[in-house]
Amino acid sequence: MTGSLALTVVLNGLTLAALYFLVACGFSLIFGLMRTVNMAHGSLYLIGAYVGYAVFEPLYDQDVWWAWYAGIAAGVAAAAVFGVAMQAVLLGWMQGQELRQALVTIGISIIVADQLLAVFGGTSRQFFAPDAIFGSTELPIAGRYPTFRLFQIGVAVMVGLALWLLLARTRLGLMIRAGVDDRAMLTALGVNVPLVSLAVFALGAGLAGLGGVIGATAQPVAQGVDARFLLTSLVVVIVGGMGSIPGTAIGAILVGVAEQVGQALFPTYSVILTFAIMAAVLALRPQGILGRPA
Amino acid sequence: MTPGTARWALPASLALLAVLALLPLAIPAFWTANILGRAIVYGIVAMSLTFLATYGGFVSLAQMMIAGTAGYAVAILVPGAVPSILGGVPYALAIPTGLLAATAMGLLVGLISVRTQGIYLLMITLSLGVGVHLFVQANIAWFNGYEGIRNVVGPEILGLPFRDTFVFYYTALATAALLYALVLYLVRTPFGLALQALRDNPRRVSALGYDAPLHRIAAFGVAGFIAGAGGILVTFYNIGISPGTIGLGATVNILVMSVIGGLGHPVGAFIGAVIFTLFDTFAADLYDRDRFNTLVGVVFLAIVLASPDGVLGMARRLRDALAPRPQGRADGIATSRAASAGPPASGNGA
Repeated sequence: MTGSLALTVVLNGLTLAALYFLVACGFSLIFGLMRTVNMAHGSLYLIGAYVGYAVFEPLYDQDVWWAWYAGIAAGVAAAAVFGVAMQAVLLGWMQGQELRQALVTIGISIIVADQLLAVFGGTSRQFFAPDAIFGSTELPIAGRYPTFRLFQIGVAVMVGLALWLLLARTRLGLMIRAGVDDRAMLTALGVNVPLVSLAVFALGAGLAGLGGVIGATAQPVAQGVDARFLLTSLVVVIVGGMGSIPGTAIGAILVGVAEQVGQALFPTYSVILTFAIMAAVLALRPQGILGRPA
Repeated sequence: MTPGTARWALPASLALLAVLALLPLAIPAFWTANILGRAIVYGIVAMSLTFLATYGGFVSLAQMMIAGTAGYAVAILVPGAVPSILGGVPYALAIPTGLLAATAMGLLVGLISVRTQGIYLLMITLSLGVGVHLFVQANIAWFNGYEGIRNVVGPEILGLPFRDTFVFYYTALATAALLYALVLYLVRTPFGLALQALRDNPRRVSALGYDAPLHRIAAFGVAGFIAGAGGILVTFYNIGISPGTIGLGATVNILVMSVIGGLGHPVGAFIGAVIFTLFDTFAADLYDRDRFNTLVGVVFLAIVLASPDGVLGMARRLRDALAPRPQGRADGIATSRAASAGPPASGNGA
């Protein structure tokens, strides 16, 4: 493998990691505060992508320059609203019953996948990025590289920083961190924990929706993608540590780069590499790289 | 299960078996093969999950993948499969190999997940299941990728082809009955008792000197064997195996069966499988033909919301409501049993 090819593979891995991070950090956030394993997280990704596309397409046909940004806003909003509805209607009142919550979200994911198939059909769809981030950029050593993929990394870094600021510097972040540590105590202090839970669900689901639109710009979205992103979210947070945002970033980079390197070196066996990493982490640190013991 | 029902468990099971053995004489062949037969073979796989969840508190979502391991092993080995991967190994040898492969895969899943509990275990087994699914879908050399391996017709039994409705049905029924008996026997052995103790209080079991990880891994091995038997029958039923057989949808279907029936007794798996199969077959007539999955999702959601311990739990509550209450009889045992027979989440929160 030549140097430039190797660098391209690593860059591909990082762009994939950026997408995985966007999707998985919402999963991790929700799990961290509410101990809810959101098996419908892949469905939120699909909702973001499809609803975003439904808004994007007519605007794009009219050649409006902000079509893509409107798609992002619609996708994020749709996923966030759906996530809040899930938490408010179904999950909120069975707080603490982890397995039951997981089963409920599985039921939701079955219904959502089927209804999206009914509404949007089985054909795959892809967003067209706006001109500013379309085309390719000249990089040292690696050569020409798609601009959108670099943009993807930028978005992930920005989201990561924003999340860190939110958690470390704001009152909401303070409440979320306190809730992760001791939910009962936070309630006793007079904080409206169900409301904080709704906010976290909106945030986590919105991030999945954002991932959906960005992911559907980088590569086409179709039915069945929800399973892939649910799996990825699971593996990333298992490797990185549940509920930890830096852990999710490390997990996403490990999994994304391993996937791309694996596909370059031994194409049909690359999945095994991902799971070897997961098994190794579980054997040495069951709580994940940056996770705290349960 | 209260002591009162334990006394009736054996006669009831035998009566059910007799009914199932005689039923094909009275119903059309379609019902025998495609409703009852299919429910039994998938019910075996679901029972492997019910066994783990009921007696160990382990909700493993890798069971369909483990079943598929056996199915793929047999499909790779037997003659007549299209495409022929290794081929030429007689069924008499291929089937034990498949069971061995599934048991080994079960042990491996148990080993990988040995230090995790409850909801973490669910996530890890799910990702292992979906991971293997993606792997066989991508790999052409061994698993023929997306297409899978077709024309795995099954062995001849007493000179009759396996495709014969009755040969298939009675083989599946006999296998299910044996494995069901195996589970009921096993949970009364010291191993089974230690497993249940592990579910209720793992630290105490370890403190008493039991090797907790070893018991866990062994339980996954047993469940792997059961799932493997189911997986081989599923492969014969479908006349082949493809990645879709072990995908996320199939994994969730097995969970749906177990939960609908009720995680609390192995018979729940078969009750759930029959209900699921009836839905699968007739939902098209009840609702929009293409929107079958929405109906399944809604029914599943309704059951999880209304009765987390499934049909068995509903039946239990109904009976408790109707039966005259015996005064002051072993109430402590009854309540503690009722608590542990509920959804496993109650006992093993993370």
